[in-house]
Amino acid sequence: MKWLSKVGAVLCLTSVIGCSETGAPGSGASSGSRGSVDDPTSEAFFETSVGDRVFFDVDQSVLSPAARDILDGQATWLKGNTEYSVIIEGHADEQGTREYNLALGARRANAVREYLMDAGVDADRLQTLSYGKERPVELCSLERCYAQNRRGVTVLNNIGF
Amino acid sequence: MRILILLTSLLLATAAVSSPLRIKITEGVVEPLPFAAPSFIAENAAGAEYAEALADIIAQDLIGSGLFREIPEAAHISKITSFASPVQYSDWKAINAQALITGTVSGSATGQITIKFRIYDVFAGAELGKGLRFSGSADGWRRMAHKVADVVYGRITGETGYFDSRVVFVSETGRKGDRKKRLAIMDYDGANVQYLTDSKSIVLAPRFSPTGDRVLYTSYETGFPQIYLLDVGSVKRKVLQNSAGTMSFAPRFAPNGNSVVYSLERGGNTDIYLMSLTSGKNRRLTNAASIETAPSFSPDGSQIVFESDRSGSQQLYVMSANGGAPKRISFGAGRYGTPVWSPRGDLIAFTKQNKGRFHIGVMRVDGSKERLLTASFLDEGPSWSPNGRVIMFTRETQGSSGSSSLYSVDISGRNLKPVKTPDGASDPAWSPLGR
Repeated sequence: MKWLSKVGAVLCLTSVIGCSETGAPGSGASSGSRGSVDDPTSEAFFETSVGDRVFFDVDQSVLSPAARDILDGQATWLKGNTEYSVIIEGHADEQGTREYNLALGARRANAVREYLMDAGVDADRLQTLSYGKERPVELCSLERCYAQNRRGVTVLNNIGF
Repeated sequence: MRILILLTSLLLATAAVSSPLRIKITEGVVEPLPFAAPSFIAENAAGAEYAEALADIIAQDLIGSGLFREIPEAAHISKITSFASPVQYSDWKAINAQALITGTVSGSATGQITIKFRIYDVFAGAELGKGLRFSGSADGWRRMAHKVADVVYGRITGETGYFDSRVVFVSETGRKGDRKKRLAIMDYDGANVQYLTDSKSIVLAPRFSPTGDRVLYTSYETGFPQIYLLDVGSVKRKVLQNSAGTMSFAPRFAPNGNSVVYSLERGGNTDIYLMSLTSGKNRRLTNAASIETAPSFSPDGSQIVFESDRSGSQQLYVMSANGGAPKRISFGAGRYGTPVWSPRGDLIAFTKQNKGRFHIGVMRVDGSKERLLTASFLDEGPSWSPNGRVIMFTRETQGSSGSSSLYSVDISGRNLKPVKTPDGASDPAWSPLGR
């Protein structure tokens, strides 16, 4: 999973189109102003080292072993950084009708939310938000892009103390 | 925006003659009927600017239906210089114009225009029905032309015309990963576009009320998808369902206009609910662990068709408007979604996804006689013309520069064509009859 996020970063460097996605609403991408990756309490650290997203199979909301590993890390981090609340975004690839994909995105976001709750994160800190197929991060119409778009993204929101 | 149009018979019209000039749409029209629509006669200076444009719009409507073909004015032998003079049928026969439409237009100092028109069956040598007169604000001249075309279409096909209609849709700008979306409304032919929302929030899948004066849609205005009701005239909107921790979407009116059927998601599960617009009360119509969405009422209000993945994949189901056990109606290969009941009540249009392609199709309400009308990388979201003869839908092209636009197709599968919009466009919903 760390390898995957590094590939994402390289793609971003080599593609102007890819880079301009950064920070777009709903993309779940880093805004680049969320603290240092070296600060283990920062959003940047959460996104790059913990991993802010998990991926799903076509038309599925089942969490894979790899996804559960990421979410275990997220749960540990969130329990240690209680100044953050979370919006879990659920996304779908473009191969589906709009409203069905909204419902599918909600299912995916909820699968992430329930996993984090079971792992001990307070339910009050976890909201869900489905974007359906409205906010793809990868734009090609090939499986390698679709696989990146079928995602659940844990977006941090610093609520302070 | 409302334009008063008076419809009156011209007393000087000749008696109706029964005529062989007729297109039977149900038999599948292959050869379009040739017609001539010379420039209208301007009765005064204020009418002059509309004389040619009126005839053009009428011709475009008829040609666009796929059922008619225009004999261009350059080929005309006779010129129509007087609305009252007898028509030289032989001149129109010689160029094989089977139908002839003549008209006049006059303008007034108060910004009104009046048009008069007649339709002739050239080969029968007689008028087809009585001549008519429309009056209204000059701003509404295009709408008057559409009404004339509706009369021509109606008299020749025996079906109700659909040219005097509007479409509400989602206008799209910006690149694929960050589309800006806003609600827009336009005439069915792409003219007179007006925007109903700004592009700050994602908006999806609008639907007209049965009287065409209100629109239901889904918006991310609060940050979360919720259903909204918008008044087309005042452009005022209000959220209808905003319960904490839920997402509401896919709203459609009941045929009486007093209630809304929609999807509500809670805890990852989506079901269908009915909300009264008068009391605000909600009733749950489905209760399953699967996704239930995209509901659509039958025109008589007694049944609802919707999609569900309770079988393991998206399929179409019909249930009573009160809920209860649904009956599955789609059984072909692939996934079926976005069912829409036709205004005639006889067919259900849908999106079908099979083997990596998308199709717009129709089936009878019991699921029999499935026919696919289109095929592409991504077609979705059919909407019926008010007369139930044409379907408008979204077509999206593939790849990172892919974009959405509107298309229409006859329920015969013929006459597939793009619908003109200023920018990208998706999720069209056609207005009811008479808007």
